[in-house]
Amino acid sequence: MSSTTTTTTVGTFAAPSRRNTELALLVFAVLIPVFAYVNVGLAKDGSVPAGALGYTLGLGLLAGVTHLVVRKWAPYADPLMLPVATLLNGLGLVFIWRLDQEPKISTPQLGGAMAPGQLMWSTLGVALFLGVLVFLKDHRVLQRYTYISMVVALVLLIAPIFFPARFGARIWITIPGVGSLQPGEFAKIIIAIFFAGYLMVKRDALALASRRFMGLYLPRGRDLGPILVIWALSLMILVFETDLGTSLLFFGLFVVMLYVATERTSWIVFGLLLSAGGAVAVATFESHVQVRVHNWLNPLELQNGGVTETAQSMYSFGSGGLMGSGLGQGYSRLIGGIAPKSDYILATVGEEIGLAGLMAILLLYGLLIERGIRTALAARDPFGKLLAVGLSGAFALQVFVVAGGVTGLIPLTGMTMPFLAQGGSSVIANWALVGILLRISDTARRPAPAPAPSTDAEMTQVVRP
Amino acid sequence: MNKPLRRVAVFCGLLVLALLVRVNWVQFVESDQLKNDPHNRRVAIERYSTPRGNIIVDGKAVTGSVTTDTGDFKYKRTYKNGKMWAPVTGYASQAFDSNQLEKLNDAILTGSDDRLFFSRTVDMFTGGKQKGGNVVTTLDAKAQKAAFDGLGDKKGAVVALNPETGAILALASTPSYDPSTFAGMTDKDAAAYNALQKKNDPDDPMLNRALRQTYPPGSTFKVVTAAAALENGLYTDVDAKTNSPVPYILPDTAHQPLNNEGSIACENVSLREALRLSCNTVFGKVSADLGNAKMKAEAEKFGFNNARIDTPVRAAESVFPKDNRPQNAMAGIGQASNRATPLQMAMVASAVANGGKLMKPYMVEQLVAPNLNVVQQHTPQEMSRPLSPENAQKLQSMMETVVKEGTGTSAQIDGATVGGKTGTAQHGENNKDNPYAWFISYAKTGKGTPVAVAVVIEGSDTLRGDIAGGKLAAPIAKGVMEAVIEGEK
Repeated sequence: MSSTTTTTTVGTFAAPSRRNTELALLVFAVLIPVFAYVNVGLAKDGSVPAGALGYTLGLGLLAGVTHLVVRKWAPYADPLMLPVATLLNGLGLVFIWRLDQEPKISTPQLGGAMAPGQLMWSTLGVALFLGVLVFLKDHRVLQRYTYISMVVALVLLIAPIFFPARFGARIWITIPGVGSLQPGEFAKIIIAIFFAGYLMVKRDALALASRRFMGLYLPRGRDLGPILVIWALSLMILVFETDLGTSLLFFGLFVVMLYVATERTSWIVFGLLLSAGGAVAVATFESHVQVRVHNWLNPLELQNGGVTETAQSMYSFGSGGLMGSGLGQGYSRLIGGIAPKSDYILATVGEEIGLAGLMAILLLYGLLIERGIRTALAARDPFGKLLAVGLSGAFALQVFVVAGGVTGLIPLTGMTMPFLAQGGSSVIANWALVGILLRISDTARRPAPAPAPSTDAEMTQVVRP
Repeated sequence: MNKPLRRVAVFCGLLVLALLVRVNWVQFVESDQLKNDPHNRRVAIERYSTPRGNIIVDGKAVTGSVTTDTGDFKYKRTYKNGKMWAPVTGYASQAFDSNQLEKLNDAILTGSDDRLFFSRTVDMFTGGKQKGGNVVTTLDAKAQKAAFDGLGDKKGAVVALNPETGAILALASTPSYDPSTFAGMTDKDAAAYNALQKKNDPDDPMLNRALRQTYPPGSTFKVVTAAAALENGLYTDVDAKTNSPVPYILPDTAHQPLNNEGSIACENVSLREALRLSCNTVFGKVSADLGNAKMKAEAEKFGFNNARIDTPVRAAESVFPKDNRPQNAMAGIGQASNRATPLQMAMVASAVANGGKLMKPYMVEQLVAPNLNVVQQHTPQEMSRPLSPENAQKLQSMMETVVKEGTGTSAQIDGATVGGKTGTAQHGENNKDNPYAWFISYAKTGKGTPVAVAVVIEGSDTLRGDIAGGKLAAPIAKGVMEAVIEGEK
């Protein structure tokens, strides 16, 4: 754990910036998707896809620019996060492009080919990432916007109510001519900023000014009240919008951040009790949830004389086996509809690059999450710590909820796999998330300015008579 | 704040670990089960991704495969002269599964059979696609054509066997259907399939009448009754007078007579005369005199009451019933609850023709790997011996008399000795429905006995009497026999 000591201890000696490591990893992060892209083309048409060169150059250029910006504006940032995000985003584009080649799930009614759009959104995401690095000189600036972010988060969450539901969930806002946005993805980051700002201020009050009740510490209402209200409000909105995945995410985010801020285990107990109660309550009156749970318990059951989406995705995973069918050679299109490119993209991953590939992808996510938490550990200010753990925790929960849902570990809740799945809001928000984490890690690993000479350390003057 | 942070890190690690364990469970432990789940469409896609092997008749394929661009399935089945061969091949449809040879030899035809493992492995290393093997049948294309054309638009069936081996030479059933019409997946295929179902087409074209339909065998069954009489020593000389009155009163009944068709002279005639004239009274009495147990035992030696006659397509069970005395007398002339498939009656004729030895009927000669190696070769098997060679000789001479100067003269062939028996089976309550015309026969040439035939025609509207079998069915049998003899030369 020597690296931990160098990053957590404030030293006058500069930690290695690791920018060259990042550059080397970025080369792989660009080359692997390019090879995958060529592989799909060879499998589908027997020829290298026409866009191969452009795609290589484009991805390479994007990666190069991000690297240069990081080198200039965040020289001490974590070297792993950017390559991992680039690799996941690149592979996601390949998988979406690969699914675009299936005419049955790329009809105009289903939105046609989606890879070009996703590429544009990814570029926008990277631009936002660069924007964060260039303009957000210090993450502590965000602390000033604690209450504004609360308002923004609530507005973002409420907005979809005024737009029609799509694909069974009311989580979209449609802007004519531009497309639709999923504000929940952005709200995830903004609410983490609010929680971090609020908890940083109130953490001592929450942790210490509490009464002991049945072995648990209960905080005062005036400390806990506001945050509890905001949190409950957002959960209610999400339940109303039938966006279960995001409500679960917000719940987990809240519990994790409260626990880290107060260092009180009792919050975990509260969280588990509340989530159990909430889950039962929601499940009893939401038929939507009952269907999901039923499908989870009986994944292969036939419905309306046909195979369900759940069963189709299970078949995809099973048919992929250890090594997979090879890129472009699977039949995940059988899942049907729009889902193969978004919610079920992992099924294609599992089928075409097999258990080996899927585990590699999951480990990439694991790596990104743990680098985020390491950033939290390294951060020197409580706000940065809380924000980093909030963002990483949200990311981890999202990965778990989506991947767990698609593989049948937990009931399916319908969220996008960060970076991998089709979805503009998701890819933009996640690039911003990585940008903020990189900014925090840069601040954390940056050598502290040399301490002012301490008068105590000076040699004692001996006054000679 | 670092202690809870480390715990959160561990927790997130556990989440990822749970996902890793789960994907291992799904993609490794449950993989095979999911991969081969019958509802997993990949199973079907895989199955139709390569052309199926063929069913071969006389060295030529009667099936084929074409590529389609509708849906997931790349290849679909085609049939050459599908209507004629449908009773042999059965069908293989993307949407409606398969039956008969297509179903039974599916593993060979798709190439997934374990016996093709070596061939598949070679394909895998050479990068070739999995290929299907072929099924070589015993059928004789000329005989089949004679049978199918002979039936024409009449409803009926023909089975021709090689008495010496049991090989099926012709297997026709009309009205028939073309399996090509519903081999695919489109709405058109579904419509064609539905139109062929019995509820939409009362003629039931998809019924394989040659193997799967039983009829009362009528007078053709008198051959079995005669065999029982000879085998049990009831009569030993086929030209000696029998003790049979006209009318013959059915046993255990209050004067219920068994009559002959028309006013033929049947009183005390010899067995030969009785078969030539098709006397109900003589054979009804023979059956009654022998009793149900002996009649049933003899019928069973010919293959009755056997639900497992697999050619390899399983034939429907032909029934000689356990019955009371009057009914048993009726069963002896092929009426009452006595029922037989055309295949069964062809087996009766072939057993007589083959010196009393019944060979197991079969229609698959070889299964052949894609590289033309023989995977399985049929060897003719004896099924039973219903007759001693002497009695078989006697019965042959009786059946030959029928064709020479009896009811079956229309089956005579120049240069061959033909033995046969006509039949007109009554059916329906009080005989109200149209009778079935039957003819069973065999032909001998200088070189042996190459063919035995059974023909049945449903719905011979106006014709009555044994002459119906002679008039309607015998010419078809003659055509089939001639085709086989022609091929022998």
